[in-house]
Amino acid sequence: MKTLIFLLRKEFKQIFRNKSILAIIFMMPTVQCLILPLAADYEIKNINLSVIDNDKSTYSSALVNTVIASGYFKLQGNFSTFSQAFKTLESDQSDLILEIPSGFERNLIRENKQTLFVAVNAINGTKANLGGMYITNIINNYNSKLLLQLIPPSRFNGAPTIEVASSYWFNPLLNYKSFIVPGILALLVTMVGGFLAALNIVKEKEIGTIEQINVTPISKGLFILAKLIPFWILANIVFTIGLLIARFVYGIVPVGNLGVLYAFVSLYLLAILGFGLLISSFCNTQQQAMLIMFFFMMIFILMGGLFTPIESMPHWAQTIAWINPVSHLISVMRMVILKGSSFADIIVHTIYIFVLAIVLNIWAVISYKKTS
Amino acid sequence: MIRDRKTLLILFGMPVAQILLFGFVLTNEIKDSQLVIVDHAKDVASQAITEKLKASKYFRIEKTLLTSKQMQESFKSGNVKAAVVFPVNFYNDLLHTNKAQIQILSDASDPNTATLITNYINAIIADYQQQLNLSQSMPYQIIVQQRMIYNPQLLGIHNFVPGVIALVLMLVCVMMTAISIVKEKETGTMEVLLVSPFQPLLVILSKAIPYLVLSLINLVAILLLSVYVLGLPVQGSILLLLAESTLFIICCLTLGILISIKTSSQQAAMLISLVGMFLPTVLFSGFMFPIENMPRPLQVFSCIVPSRWFYYILKCIMIKGLGITAIWKETLILLGTTLILLGISFKNFKIRLD
Repeated sequence: MKTLIFLLRKEFKQIFRNKSILAIIFMMPTVQCLILPLAADYEIKNINLSVIDNDKSTYSSALVNTVIASGYFKLQGNFSTFSQAFKTLESDQSDLILEIPSGFERNLIRENKQTLFVAVNAINGTKANLGGMYITNIINNYNSKLLLQLIPPSRFNGAPTIEVASSYWFNPLLNYKSFIVPGILALLVTMVGGFLAALNIVKEKEIGTIEQINVTPISKGLFILAKLIPFWILANIVFTIGLLIARFVYGIVPVGNLGVLYAFVSLYLLAILGFGLLISSFCNTQQQAMLIMFFFMMIFILMGGLFTPIESMPHWAQTIAWINPVSHLISVMRMVILKGSSFADIIVHTIYIFVLAIVLNIWAVISYKKTS
Repeated sequence: MIRDRKTLLILFGMPVAQILLFGFVLTNEIKDSQLVIVDHAKDVASQAITEKLKASKYFRIEKTLLTSKQMQESFKSGNVKAAVVFPVNFYNDLLHTNKAQIQILSDASDPNTATLITNYINAIIADYQQQLNLSQSMPYQIIVQQRMIYNPQLLGIHNFVPGVIALVLMLVCVMMTAISIVKEKETGTMEVLLVSPFQPLLVILSKAIPYLVLSLINLVAILLLSVYVLGLPVQGSILLLLAESTLFIICCLTLGILISIKTSSQQAAMLISLVGMFLPTVLFSGFMFPIENMPRPLQVFSCIVPSRWFYYILKCIMIKGLGITAIWKETLILLGTTLILLGISFKNFKIRLD
């Protein structure tokens, strides 16, 4: 126990003496936590619309006005030919082209039917899909309003209609911030903890100070533990800062129990730090450690379910995502913070992370060799 | 550099593995979302709609009778994305009063998925309704005909593959140069080079050249993979693509040089080039989140992220098949950024070590 305290004092001194690293540890997550959620906004709004109105009638201009008034679309311009409008699609200035054929109003009244053309830039599938749906819905609404105007209500009531009432739970205003902030916080904690741990032992190897530890009677487990604790504390502080930012800047109040959240995060940090230390004891140079950690981090983060939903992945990838500790952290953060899930709801995640933490740390202890 | 086998393996293996993995994995398409059907009606109409939902590839259906409280519980424990509730006497109401209600509840802790799922369900219900109405023809109908350009099947790869290429190239290039030069500083071999008669900046630039070659090989491997394995053909000119990529790689290498000049330890260089650059690159390239949604200052900021312009160029060449006339502005921006970065590095470069 006494040895541990001395070792911890050594580690803390090392960390606190290096001012630039300390600044990076605290500043980077804080700044990113403040700025990134503003950038990570996937609400589909501001869809740029180009209109080709060949009809220029009362109906066609009313239709265009209805579309613009919906708030989802921003009018980029009116064009007279499709190829002109297509140029704006090519240069990404517009996402969607609405073409109203000439004779729109006349055909609608006389032949009871008229087709409109919508061309969507579909490189971004989600945006295209939502944009297409929005415009179809808006046009359909316009259509039924028109029907009400043109036909006496008695005839119109003839067709059975199904009304759909949809309600969005846990986030009724569909606020994208409350979705993204917990996720970004999870990533930042992971990156800070993982990278620091990965660089730590290998740094001592590179500058040679590890030899001094190796010749002491300090046991391997104690050595790893002494490396683990300081980063665990630092990462918890970073996490707290992030939660405070989420609370006071973005107004996200955790619905669930904070104790549950902290318990899980603490456990999770043990796992991710153990992973970092494991890599650290495998590598010979900081460069290698960094690259390998980076490789895993990128997979962990991009497959963590923050940027793209895990259910959309192919099955083999879902298995990888399940092994990935970051996906567990992200889903637990969301469950506890947004949905108020209790400990019983996250039990599966907890058990997995617990097992992972034990396995990784024991592995790290075993793979750290006192002889070179 | 070639002697360090492990590093070399990482350098080549990493980008290739990532392109493959993310090319398959990163997608926003909704597939197999778990859907709960709460059918209080159990009549022809509700069953027909359920069958329709079952037939679509978007959903995995589970049929249970849940109370609203149980539903909340199942949302909380995670997997259920949405629920469709049919009231008692659904079909009767529809027949006799011409009006019936369906309730869709969705887990909006992921707002976009929730909107998409709700819209899909809506579309399926509307489809059913249209079948019902088929006998009566509706007057004054406006039909919307949609055409999805560049990506008719709405696949994820069209959006993500160019993004991942930009991301991987940027990170690998910046990090490698930054680290290798700082390493010489740390191990002290830099001093030897500095006292040699070579022009100091030339020394640094020549350190960057092997990485340029390496990155180019990487690029070719990545492109081959994305064409032959992921099935995303290059529509435009390959030569133009290679030229633009070279420009982008040089830009990243200069950024790496600048970082290496500014920092004194490998650890700091790595933290800056990875932790500092990873998320901004992901976010400000515009392949994950639309740039036009960001607040003004961030939109301005995104202009200095080189990968943003490169991503745009990649999309234009690979997917839209456009030529240089469409992207000369972006090319000039990349060129300008490179020159500015070089200028700053030159200003900050010190011959003496302290």
